[in-house]
Amino acid sequence: MAATRKVVLDVLKPHKPNGVDFATALAELSPEYQVRLSVVEVDEKTETVIVVVKGQNIVFESLIETIKKMGASVHSIDEVVVYGSENV
Amino acid sequence: MSPEKGKHLFSLLYRGRKIARRYLVTNGFDGTLTMLGLMTGFYVSGTQELGVAINACLGAAIALFISGFSSAYLSEKAERTEELRELEQALLVDLKESYYGEASRYLPFLIALVNGLSPLFLSLLIISPLFLSYHGIEWPCSPFLLAIAMALFCIFLLGVYLGEISKQFWLYAGFRTVLIAMILVAIILLFDFCN
Repeated sequence: MAATRKVVLDVLKPHKPNGVDFATALAELSPEYQVRLSVVEVDEKTETVIVVVKGQNIVFESLIETIKKMGASVHSIDEVVVYGSENV
Repeated sequence: MSPEKGKHLFSLLYRGRKIARRYLVTNGFDGTLTMLGLMTGFYVSGTQELGVAINACLGAAIALFISGFSSAYLSEKAERTEELRELEQALLVDLKESYYGEASRYLPFLIALVNGLSPLFLSLLIISPLFLSYHGIEWPCSPFLLAIAMALFCIFLLGVYLGEISKQFWLYAGFRTVLIAMILVAIILLFDFCN
């Protein structure tokens, strides 16, 4: 079964939660997740961030669900790395 | 509620602590001064009927609770709804199911509780000497005088709390609020003197 190893998302989020809390909430979804967050643009009420999530088998739906729960929206999926099998 | 959800919701609700603190002092002060005015009025008019005084004070305390709760809930609800709407417009998403949406539903209720309960608790504390006297406890002086002293003490504590927030000397902050209370007492005494 295919396994998603890396996802790069363009996300528009409110200032709260801040970058650390936002990335932590995503990283806590699985012990193997590695999350990198870079702020691209800051506006009055929002900020655009690039979220890079790496893991052995990323569950995309739970990632999106958590992002939405924190009041953010995914603008685009900029990059994905998917392996044909979980064992590769 | 999952720990993750609880953490995020708490952090959003925690943002309302300053509003709640402001309401605690504002309406607490309101309730305390109302009770102080009533007690001073009863004392200078020479009221002997403790039951009547207790009922009048309880009525005022409940009215302060209802008024404090409902006014804070309605105004905070309107503020939170507006804030959520502005954020939704900026993000172009529906935030009702997000932690923001949940916080905007809970926060007005929590702030309203603080605004309603602060004058109620302080009022009950101030009229406690009257209650005790009504149920047979003997005091060395009039229970109204004790209630006035209790009200001044509560006002002093509110001042100390404000001093703590603004990092002022606690005694100065406490006596500043007591001075306001003394002005109220002086005005009531003046009215009584004129009559």
